[in-house]
Amino acid sequence: MGRVVLVTGVSRDLGGRFARLVATDPSVDRVVGVDVVPPRGDMGDVRFIRADIRNPVITKVIAGEDVDTVVHMSVASTPGTSGGRTSMKEFNVIGTMQLLAACQKAPGLKHLVVKSSTTVYGSCSRDPAMFIEDMAPVRMPKSGFAKDTVEVEGYVRGFARRRPDVTVTMLRTANTVGPMVNSPMTQYFRLPVIPTVLGFDARMQFLHETDLLEVLRHATTAGVHGTFNIAGDGVLMLSQAVRRLGRPTLPIPAFAVSSFGSLIRQVRAADFSPEQMAFLTYGRGVDTSRMRNVLGFEPDYTTAAAFEDFGRSMGPGLVSPERVAAVEGLVAGALGGERG
Amino acid sequence: MADAEIIPLGTRGRPGRGSGSSNPSAAARNLVGGAARKEPSSIKPKPAPAEAPLADRPTSGTTATDRAPGAGIPIGDWLGAFSSAAKEVFGDSWEPRLAESLALLRRRLTGDYSVDEYGFDQEVTERFFLAAIRPIARKWFRVEVRGAENIPTEGGALVVSNHSGTVPMDGMMTAVSIHDHTGRHLRPLGADLVFKLPIVGEMARKGGATLACNDDAERMLSNGELVGVWPEGFKGIGKPYSERYKLQRFGRGGFVSAAMRTGVPIIPCSVVGAEEIYPLVGNIPSLARLLGVPYIPITPLFPLLGPLGLVPLPSKWLIEFGEPIRTDSYDEGAADDPMLVFNVTDQVRETIQQTLYTLLMKRRSVFS
Repeated sequence: MGRVVLVTGVSRDLGGRFARLVATDPSVDRVVGVDVVPPRGDMGDVRFIRADIRNPVITKVIAGEDVDTVVHMSVASTPGTSGGRTSMKEFNVIGTMQLLAACQKAPGLKHLVVKSSTTVYGSCSRDPAMFIEDMAPVRMPKSGFAKDTVEVEGYVRGFARRRPDVTVTMLRTANTVGPMVNSPMTQYFRLPVIPTVLGFDARMQFLHETDLLEVLRHATTAGVHGTFNIAGDGVLMLSQAVRRLGRPTLPIPAFAVSSFGSLIRQVRAADFSPEQMAFLTYGRGVDTSRMRNVLGFEPDYTTAAAFEDFGRSMGPGLVSPERVAAVEGLVAGALGGERG
Repeated sequence: MADAEIIPLGTRGRPGRGSGSSNPSAAARNLVGGAARKEPSSIKPKPAPAEAPLADRPTSGTTATDRAPGAGIPIGDWLGAFSSAAKEVFGDSWEPRLAESLALLRRRLTGDYSVDEYGFDQEVTERFFLAAIRPIARKWFRVEVRGAENIPTEGGALVVSNHSGTVPMDGMMTAVSIHDHTGRHLRPLGADLVFKLPIVGEMARKGGATLACNDDAERMLSNGELVGVWPEGFKGIGKPYSERYKLQRFGRGGFVSAAMRTGVPIIPCSVVGAEEIYPLVGNIPSLARLLGVPYIPITPLFPLLGPLGLVPLPSKWLIEFGEPIRTDSYDEGAADDPMLVFNVTDQVRETIQQTLYTLLMKRRSVFS
């Protein structure tokens, strides 16, 4: 008998795509998707059940469908779709609590996969260059998505202690980029002029959207217990990433950053939460050797390749590589031609 | 090329430096000579006949009004001038070298370069940072390196050095000396404050530095990097001139346990000369506390002379690398034995202190 997988948050783009992907896996019998709003578009073989994970009704869904694998990916990073920070927090934290409570009551449950994020490590100037999974954040995130993630991870660890028979895989994924991704990070890079923090250059790692779906599928079927950092190989500096997009930057002194961020947030151009601004200032690096050696997953895209694919979807910027190369050719040609 | 549009450059034929002001600059007035200086209004643009007597003077040479706007010069001449200038700068093989420089510029502009996980940008370090520091090391401080053969040419190693000079100039000089003698990049471990400061932190990461913590140090050492550490920290760099060449406490010996865990050799490095570049004669602790920095230096020239006081005194530098102290012979768990760690720390400290005294004896005077 194959697996029965329950996926939370299927109405969001990545959740829906993952549910469809995992439904094609031969080891999976059935996929049940839950969310508070019905998904847009075709869900393929996925059976959608409209249920709120903040509500005990989820217990009945898990029991009634004989679910043995739960993939929790409805921890939202933006308040945008869920309407305000309060409801986002409630959805993330209370939703996870309810879901885990339901999981604890389900004797048939074998696997739990939670999509977390590398934002749990925070960002500050005293961070080590590369975080490994056992390290605690140097400065605990105090607000927003990062704090939600820390709390969600705390509940998941508690669940793992209470149900040692369940394999719990927690994936701390780096910022996901790709042509289809709409996140605070991709919104930021889609700005026509990209504001940066004057005198700081953040180190960044990216994960391509197909790699994210692939690693979730791998974690669902492989059933490896533990916490894993997931990111593409290599590091890009923020300045380097912006140059690769060919967009101009607007350096803002550190003291003006927070007021500028709230201004940008008000005009809804992009989401500049305090933890994202800390990330854009100091950056973050995570070590992915455990992903390779223990989880046994190898991303297809490096950080640079993932970002390049994302950049291609946006069209060239003002100082695109092609234009710079053309000017270089012109200058070299003019000088060479004069001599010859 | 003939149909290229030519944009006039410079002052559009008016006197001055292109600032928009019609008054000529002091240098331009000097060129014109005595008569003109008495009545500056005579060089303002006016009908040609009035200019004639000036033009007759042999001293006047070219007056500001004689300069034609760029429109009169064909583009071929511009290119000719440019290529001969390039020949002057780059030598006979100017063409490939110019193309190389253009390619470098293009790579930088389009982000087509790679950095390692600590943010180390090898290209910018070699082409800009080291190239800028090298003349200072050679011409200004006349750095003399001894014992460069003690630096392993490959594999991880930990260079431990004394720290002095108010500004961490000794780290940069050590890095450039190591690169010139062995071709390896020194990866410095920097204090928290370095990475908190704007621009400084960014440049430090690009130059290969990372935070001085055990995680980063062990990670770098086990990847086979040549890591530099200055265990005295701010106690050493900000000590008064009267205590020069007296080593301060060597922290908690974290660098020794990092070397022991990774089994890499410790190379003691003694720098003589850095103490005299900015002799620290005073400090403003209250202002330093206010700004959140460890000290506000007062040197004989700073802040008395303002920005001029920032020019370091041209002391003569000696850098000596001592014999490597091996750490791979200790058994497992030695890094967690505080007594052993303290002993090795003291051994490194004593070696550097003794070498400092020997080097000071050898140096004839501070500036030669």
